[in-house]
Amino acid sequence: MTATPIDNGFKGSAARNAAARARLLRGLLPALSLALVLAAIAWLNPRAISYFGFSLMLNLAIPIALATIAQMFVIAGNELDLSIGTFVGFVGCVTATWLKDAPLIGVLILLGSIGVYALLGALIHLRNLPSIVVTLGTSFVWQGLAILVLPKPGGKAPDWLLAIMAFKPPFIPFPIIAALLIAATVHFGLMRTSYGVILRGSGGNPAALRRAGWSLLKTKIVLFSLAGVFGVLSGMALIGITTSADANIGNGYTLLAIAGVILGGGEFVGGRVSPIGAVIGALTLALAASPLLTFMHIPPDWQVAANGAILIIVLAARVLISRRER
Amino acid sequence: MASLKTLLTKPWIWSFVGALLVWLATIAFTGGYGAGGMVTAALSLAVFTVIVGVGQMFVITLGPGNVDLSLPANIGLASAVAMKVMGGSDAMIVIGLLAALACGAAIGAINYLLIWALRIPPIIATLSASFIIQSVDISYGRGLQIKPPPGFADFTNWQVLGIPVLAILTVLFTIGAAIALQRMIYGRSVLAIGQNIRAAWLAGVHVGRIRFFTYTLSGALGGIDGALLAGYFRGANVDIGNEYLLASIAVVVIGGTSVAGGKANVPGVWGAALFLVLLLTMLNTFGVSAGVRLLLTGLIIVGVITVAGGEKAVR
Amino acid sequence: MAAGSTDIVGLSGAEKQFGAADADAVRLDGAEKQFGAANIDIVRLDGAEKHFGAVRALGGADFHVGPGECVGLVGHNGAGKSTLMHMVAGTLTPDSGTIAVHGGIEENYSVSRARQLGIRCVFQELSLCPNLSVAENTRINHASLTGFGWRHKAAELIAAKLDEIFPDHGISAWDIVGDLSIGRRQMVEVARAFTVTQDRLDLVILDEPTSSLDAHTAGQLLAFVRRFVAGGKSCILISHVLGEVLRNADRIVVMRDGKMVASDAACAFDRDRLVTVMGGAEAHRKTAAQAAVATPGTSPLRVQARPTGQTDGKDLVARAGEIIGLAGLAGHGQTDLLLRIFDAAARARAGIEVTAPVALVAGDRQSDGIFPQWSIAQNIGIRSLARLRNGLLISPRREAELADAWKKKIGIRTPDMNNNIFSLSGGNQQKALFARALGSDAEIVLMDDPMRGVDIGTKLEVYDLVREEAGRGRTFLWYTTETEELDNCDHIYVFKNGRIVANLTRDELTEEKIIQSSFGDAA
Repeated sequence: MTATPIDNGFKGSAARNAAARARLLRGLLPALSLALVLAAIAWLNPRAISYFGFSLMLNLAIPIALATIAQMFVIAGNELDLSIGTFVGFVGCVTATWLKDAPLIGVLILLGSIGVYALLGALIHLRNLPSIVVTLGTSFVWQGLAILVLPKPGGKAPDWLLAIMAFKPPFIPFPIIAALLIAATVHFGLMRTSYGVILRGSGGNPAALRRAGWSLLKTKIVLFSLAGVFGVLSGMALIGITTSADANIGNGYTLLAIAGVILGGGEFVGGRVSPIGAVIGALTLALAASPLLTFMHIPPDWQVAANGAILIIVLAARVLISRRER
Repeated sequence: MASLKTLLTKPWIWSFVGALLVWLATIAFTGGYGAGGMVTAALSLAVFTVIVGVGQMFVITLGPGNVDLSLPANIGLASAVAMKVMGGSDAMIVIGLLAALACGAAIGAINYLLIWALRIPPIIATLSASFIIQSVDISYGRGLQIKPPPGFADFTNWQVLGIPVLAILTVLFTIGAAIALQRMIYGRSVLAIGQNIRAAWLAGVHVGRIRFFTYTLSGALGGIDGALLAGYFRGANVDIGNEYLLASIAVVVIGGTSVAGGKANVPGVWGAALFLVLLLTMLNTFGVSAGVRLLLTGLIIVGVITVAGGEKAVR
Repeated sequence: MAAGSTDIVGLSGAEKQFGAADADAVRLDGAEKQFGAANIDIVRLDGAEKHFGAVRALGGADFHVGPGECVGLVGHNGAGKSTLMHMVAGTLTPDSGTIAVHGGIEENYSVSRARQLGIRCVFQELSLCPNLSVAENTRINHASLTGFGWRHKAAELIAAKLDEIFPDHGISAWDIVGDLSIGRRQMVEVARAFTVTQDRLDLVILDEPTSSLDAHTAGQLLAFVRRFVAGGKSCILISHVLGEVLRNADRIVVMRDGKMVASDAACAFDRDRLVTVMGGAEAHRKTAAQAAVATPGTSPLRVQARPTGQTDGKDLVARAGEIIGLAGLAGHGQTDLLLRIFDAAARARAGIEVTAPVALVAGDRQSDGIFPQWSIAQNIGIRSLARLRNGLLISPRREAELADAWKKKIGIRTPDMNNNIFSLSGGNQQKALFARALGSDAEIVLMDDPMRGVDIGTKLEVYDLVREEAGRGRTFLWYTTETEELDNCDHIYVFKNGRIVANLTRDELTEEKIIQSSFGDAA
């Protein structure tokens, strides 16, 4: 299929190879940073690299990864969701109360909340609203609803959910299997299906997509609904681990999810996102957050800074790679 | 009559109308009881949102994607710095305020440095910076003497005829900010950049310098806000600035500043801040729970932006 | 300069005779009746008009393409070619006039309707998604590429077409489009337009398809176009490379000022005749500025600049009081050089020397010039804020004085300079941008094709003003795509592919000379 280029095709193909190499390097960057964090842990405390070590360290990785995927869908359409954290908290509160006590109503509430996400996507597209401000408003809404559902910390996760999250498969810790499953599923859905192409294209060149006859309203609704679905999964997974809920339980996830997408090689505009990268980014942040620093005898005070520093270092590395491209 | 008509065309008037309506509804509920005290309290609390709101307004006016997410962490750290430098001594109040100002300005400058050097969107730059600042604050604020000097605490709570002095000073500051926005080269440059950054560059605006100054200004205002908050609430703590991330953006948007950039509104920031504070007071007076309060606040923000966005579509 | 009476039609906009191909459709009471089904036009526009604000982009165009025909469309920038093609492709609706496809008049013509009817367009601005692969971009244009194995179907489809058109393309279907060079992206874009799944394919519009291709690949594409046409399909070829059009089109349509001015078999044209018809030689005015300016070489140096691609040491030199023209086809490095000169005024740049303050008059008003939320006065004042101050504050009085002074001087037609800038017509908006630059302290004024889409009255007023200001010692660097504007210049540099290829004084200046050097292809 690829014939040998003749005459001045050579120069072009060399430049293209360089670009492809730089892209490969950029694509490997999230995995490299994860490997680096793991190596640091292994060096500081070899015992952490074990079945139980990983189960412990990656405990919260599943909900973070799911929230990051939710944010990734929104970013794929050139928008931003500042409410995903409080949404995860709201879902958590519903899970620990309605879903346990009255499963049918609980399911309806959660489905309804996904519907609200779909409506948000439609509203943002139809009225041409800045998503940052709209989701800023909805973040108050979800938080308020969470407090209404669960005024005081408490509640209890449904037993079936606890059983799932406490699952101990042989050899490989559950969080790793779950992460692989999430990454593979979303990668297939967004990167391999024919409609996934349209979803990513709506972030890459919306005008061209409209010209080719696709509905941008539909792509936006689908992307926001998917964000809602993964937000719901994230909240449920979180409560499955913590067993009880609190209206503020998800608040930190908004910023973590944005950071995870960016760490995973995503960009705010242009539909350039990577589900596998996003999951790796989320794992990196989850790892870097607590265990690593405890092993390194860094006081817990500096755990948040580690996230910021990793973000800055990775972005700086990305700039260096892009400069070399030129 | 004619002047009333021109007044009604100003976008900022609606936030004041909203604030007034909310206030009237509350005193109607209480039968007039505590009407004056409510205004005093609203002014005292609105001041803190207005100060950071003005900084955020200049940043947002720079155009799409410009926003300062580091304000809460900045406020937290500056409050600790101010209290530590003051060390409970009235003699050190001015030095402490200057330290908080410098701390905030440095954070703002670092924010822009990240934006410029790493060529990353302001959202992610100010976000990463805020993670680090937060840790610095946690580490620095531990085991610290965090009570303000009595003189400073008194100053931040000082009232003349029921009007907080801090509110008077803040009104003067916002008048200055409004003049800077409309009548100084700096403000005109910010507005030009927000409307069209390329056209601004081609019209000879010093784009880089203005953006740097704007982020530094937002940081510095966050710093001074942190010190004042620590004085008013008699003590610094890490979470003292948390609500000001969303509040600062909300007052800018409700106050009639365009999120698309290039159109800013200083009086609206005051109106929106009073509106939000009075709204909370009203809901508290009605005995509404915290959940409903947040819910209504959120719905109002979404409602305001939906209506405002509609105007843009018509034009 | 009339080279023939049948092919050059006056500017009257009346019904035109298009020769033999016209015979199969006859107007009857506004509708069309078809004779001979085999020869039905694929697309036919009658009396199509389009206005953008005050600017008439297309004034009553009659245009048709028959089956098995390659129609070449030529004309200067702004002649209305793109507007016409957007109508054929369904992305623009005409203000008046009818459009008929395969013989039936289309009332609600749209892009998707055009696609159904087998009409595709390769637009000048690329419509690929840079974040997707070549195969995925192919999928976007084919709704039927779904289900199991769609990626391989898409990859095979585009790879086969690339192989057919550009046998040695070296593009993999899995390459991300953003990584490809601009030339390869254009190859993908062109190949994608020719892929067929469900919809029929009868007509492909190629708008400057070779602008980013080298001679070898351009040759491959044009050879393919000939094969495509030989197979009974049709093609519209828009190109600035006249040789390409002359060699490959069956029929050539020439546009000027939003109208068709000539239509004839390609063999009836040669290069000189095309240039003459395109250029509007009868409008050639040599009246400009005979008695202007200081003798060159004596006044102080203002700008000395070398384009980045220049290897032969040629410099652009401008002195005080000179009007320097930058000519050549659009996008051949003129704007780049102006921007670099603008940048060099603020901080030192290698290869560029600027000795006085600089201001720029943008040609693309919306993206480079206008501040949409501001009044006319504020739009004028932005470049001169430092001088408008009274102490620290900008004085509204001085701002108003500056605006009013220029309102009179340049003739901005508005009741109130405090009205929003968009209350002005396009030409008056452009005057405000001129006022911004001329009202400033700048001694050097860069003009980036500022007369695009401006009416002739405004143009003449501004020409006079520019000459007057040059007489006072100001230096003008004037990039223009309208050749007759170069009459106002003392010295003209012609650009091609980012380099200065010719350097003419006013005495040497003829339109043919400029066109010859800027269209300098092999033919």
